[in-house]
Amino acid sequence: MAFQVTINGETREIDAPEDMPLLWVLRQELGMTGTKFGCGIGMCGACTVHLDGVATRSCSLPVGAIGDRKVSTVESLGDTPVGKALQQAWLDTDVMQCGYCQAGQLMTATALLNANPDPSDEDIDNAMRGNICRCACYKRIHSAIAQVAREDTANV
Amino acid sequence: MSDTATMATGPELSRRTFFKVSAIVGGGMAIAATMPMAAKALGQGAPAELNAFITIHPDNSITMIGKNPEIGQGIKTMLPMLIAEELDADWDLISIQQGDLDMARYGAQIAGGSTATPMNWLPMRQAGAAARQMLLQAAALRWGVDISELSTEPSVVVHAASGRRATFGELAEEASHTPVPDLRSVPLKDAADFRIIGRAIGGIDSPRIVRGEPIFGVDTQLPGMVYAAYERSPVFGAKIVSANLDAAKAEHGVIDAFIVEGNGNIQELVDGVAVIASNWWLANKARAKLDVQWDNGEWADHSTAKYDETARRLMAEGQPEEVFASKGDVDAAFAAASGTLEAEYHYPFLAHVPMEPMNCTALMHEDGRMEMWAPTQLPMNGQMSVANYLGVAPDKVTVHLTRMGGGFGRRLMNDYMVQVAAIAKQMPGTPVQLIWSREDDVRTDYYRPAGWHKLSAAWNESGKITGWADHFVTFNLGPAGGFNPATMSATEFPANHVENLRFAQSKMRTSVPMGALRAPTSNAMAYVMQSFLDEVAHAQGKDLPTLLNEIVAGEDKQEGAFGFGGFAPGFDPQRLRNVTAKATGMANWGKPVAEGHALGFGYYYSHQGYFAEVAEVSLSDRNQVLVHNVWVAGDVGSHIINPYGAMNQVHGSVIDGIGQALQLAVEIEGGASKQSNFHNYQVPRMPTVPQIHVEWVISDYAPTGLGEPALPPVIPAITNALFALTGKRIRELPIDTAKLV
Repeated sequence: MAFQVTINGETREIDAPEDMPLLWVLRQELGMTGTKFGCGIGMCGACTVHLDGVATRSCSLPVGAIGDRKVSTVESLGDTPVGKALQQAWLDTDVMQCGYCQAGQLMTATALLNANPDPSDEDIDNAMRGNICRCACYKRIHSAIAQVAREDTANV
Repeated sequence: MSDTATMATGPELSRRTFFKVSAIVGGGMAIAATMPMAAKALGQGAPAELNAFITIHPDNSITMIGKNPEIGQGIKTMLPMLIAEELDADWDLISIQQGDLDMARYGAQIAGGSTATPMNWLPMRQAGAAARQMLLQAAALRWGVDISELSTEPSVVVHAASGRRATFGELAEEASHTPVPDLRSVPLKDAADFRIIGRAIGGIDSPRIVRGEPIFGVDTQLPGMVYAAYERSPVFGAKIVSANLDAAKAEHGVIDAFIVEGNGNIQELVDGVAVIASNWWLANKARAKLDVQWDNGEWADHSTAKYDETARRLMAEGQPEEVFASKGDVDAAFAAASGTLEAEYHYPFLAHVPMEPMNCTALMHEDGRMEMWAPTQLPMNGQMSVANYLGVAPDKVTVHLTRMGGGFGRRLMNDYMVQVAAIAKQMPGTPVQLIWSREDDVRTDYYRPAGWHKLSAAWNESGKITGWADHFVTFNLGPAGGFNPATMSATEFPANHVENLRFAQSKMRTSVPMGALRAPTSNAMAYVMQSFLDEVAHAQGKDLPTLLNEIVAGEDKQEGAFGFGGFAPGFDPQRLRNVTAKATGMANWGKPVAEGHALGFGYYYSHQGYFAEVAEVSLSDRNQVLVHNVWVAGDVGSHIINPYGAMNQVHGSVIDGIGQALQLAVEIEGGASKQSNFHNYQVPRMPTVPQIHVEWVISDYAPTGLGEPALPPVIPAITNALFALTGKRIRELPIDTAKLV
C-alpha cells in the first residue's frame, strides 16, 4: 500500500504494508539508518523518533497509523537549536561508549528539553528511564542534558 | 585457564593462526613487536604510507588505521593515540579508518579479555616512533644536517640551530624512501614528554554517531541487498524435522525460505530455517508461518530447577567427580582448626544483550569469494569458521570490520557469521543481511554459566586461614570445545596464600550454550569468594579489608604466578594493599554512615587489574535494594591512556555488576530460556544508577586493560553491605529481597 509521510520536513512516498512499523520503513525502505533497532517491543528506546515533537517508539508505530503527523529523526536533529546543543554536549562530555543507543537517547532528551527547559534531576531520570544504555553511560547522559538545560536557562 | 594459548609471534603470524578464545578472554596471548613495516610512496604529491598504520598526506593531515574491533571500549581512539604519541603528531590532524581483517599486516585484531592495552602498549608506540625516525631521516638528508640535531613539535620537524622547519606532510614522500628502523631499537619518548597519552580525548566516531550516520554493522547497505531472519529451536540441542516453507514463501515480500542444516558445532551453525525478504520485518514476520517441527531429543525437560536440585544433592553427598587443585592436608587443617565455616553459594545463567542485535552482511561473489561486513570481536575466528563451512581457503573470505553496538563477550562467538554465510552461499551475487530479533538474542545466547559452590574455611588461633576448600558444581560443555567459561582457576584467590587447599568439581550434562561474559569466571568468582571471605572475617571479628591484608601479609611479588602468555607481571600483593587502602579511605570505611545505610567491601584481581570497591546500600520502603554510592580504587599500571574512556569503562563495569547483583538471571525451562526480551531481562536504567567515585593507583607496571576488571568486586561489595545492613548473607544471585526481611 502506498502512503505519504512527512519525515524531516519532506514528504516521502512509501510503498509498504500499513502494519509495517515506522522503524523498518525508515531503515530499509528509505535507507535512513540513524534510528536503531533494539528490542522491537518499545522497551529500550533505541528507535525513538519524534511524532509532532513527542518522543515515540518507531518499532511499535505502524506506518499506516501516522497520518498527517510529522515525523522527525536523528538525521534532522542538528537542525533544531535544542537538538544541536545536545549533540554538542554529548561530544563535550564524551558521553558514549558503543554509541548504538545514543540516537534514541538524544531524541528523548530533546523532547524532554523542548517540553521542560529546566528539568530537575528527577525529571531527567524519569524522562530517560525508557532508554536503555547497555554500556551504562547514564551518568554522562544525565550530566550532558543538565548542562544544556543550565546553558539554556542562563541565556534566558 | 587450563587450555594452552596459541601463541602468535611476529614472523609466524599468519592468516592461519587460529586464536583460541580461552587464550584471549583469560588474557593469555603475546605478540612480538615486529610487524610488517614496509613504507610505500604513492607518487609525487600523493600521500605516503610510512607503515601499515600511518599515511601522511601532503597537506599534513594523517590517516591512521585503527586495527582492533570497536565494541565501545574506545580502542579505535586509543590505539591511534599510542601511535600518535610517538609519531609526535598533532592529534587534530589525524583521521582514523577502521582496518579490515588482515592480521598478517596489522597483528592481532581482537576485542576481548582486556588484552588490547597490554598487547599494544609497546608495538603501537614503536610503529609511531619508527615513522617519526623516517621523517627525521628525510629532514636530515634534505637539510644536510645530522639527525641528532633535529627534534619534533606536533607534526613538524625542527632544526633548532638554523631555525628550519618542515611539516610531516612536506617530508612524508621523502621519508617513505628512507630505511625502516628496527622496531626493537627505535627510541621511544620519555614518559614525562607525553602529550597525548593521559589526555582525555573524545571518541573518534562520536561526531558521526550523534548525527545518526551509518557506522554500525546493521547499518550496512549494499545495492540489491535482501534481508534474512533465522528461525532456530528455542530448545537447545534440538534437530529440525520439517518446516512449512511454502507457507512462509506465500507471505508478502518473502523472496525465499529454506532449511539450513547445522554443522554439528554449536559455536558455528545449528539447524534452522532461513527466511529471505525485501525487508527484515517481513522476513521475521513470516517465521510465524513456518510451523517448524523439532526433535528435542533428551533436552526438553532440562531446567534451572533441575540443575539446582542436582547441584544441591551433589554438594550434600560430598563426592566430587575430580579434585583439580590440591596441596597440604586439608582434612588435618580442619581437624586442628580453632574455627571453621561452611557455606553454599549459587549464581545464575546470564545473557549479554548488547544493544545492537546480532547481525552480519554477506555477499557470495560469483567467483566463489565470500565478502562479509561483520560486527565481531574475534574476526579471525569468524573468517576461519566461514572458510571451513564453505570448504575454501581463509583468504577467500574477506572480512570488513564494522563498529559494534556493544559486545560484552557475545561477539567472541561468530555463529551469526556462519549463518549468513550459509544463506548467502545459496544466492551468489545477492548481498544478504542477517538480523536477529531481540528474542533471538536473549533466547539463543552463549550464556554466562550458572554455578554452585560449597566452600569451607579453617583458621588457627591467630586467625590465619589454614584450610580452604571448594566443591564446585558446574557443567560439562560437551564436545563443542573452545573456551569453557564453566571453569574455575586452580589459583582462585586465596588459593596461592593458604597451605592446605582442595578444589574439587562435579559436572552436570547440559545443552545450554555457554560463553564468555565480560570478566568471565571472575564476575562469578569474585561474588562467591569475596562474600565467603567476608563471612570468615566476621566470624573472626574483623572486617574484610583487614582479613585480605592478613592473607597476603609479609608476601612479596609472585613472579609468574599468573603468568599469562608473556606480558603478565605476576601477582603483586602490594597492589592489593594499595587499592584496598585507597578505596577504604575514599569511602570513610569504619566511620558512621547515614541511618539505615551500610557499607560493604569487595576486592578482585582480574585481567591484570587490581580493584577494590566499597558500596553504600539501603533498603527502600518497598524493600528494594538501593545502591547510593560506589567508591572504586583501581591499579592498571603506569598510565591511564585516555581518562575519558577509562572512566566510562569503570562506570559501565560497576553498573553492569549492579545489574548482575540485583536483577539479572536467565532461567531454563523446558530446555529453553524463559527470558526473551528487556521486559523480563531487566538491565539497569538511569534512575537506579548510584554516584560512582573513581581514583587510580598509579604503579610502575606497564598499563593494562579496563574493559573488565572493575566489574567483579562491586557484586560482593553490595552483598557484603547488605549483610552489614540486615545480618543476612546473600548466597544466591540475583538478590532476593524477600529473604532479607
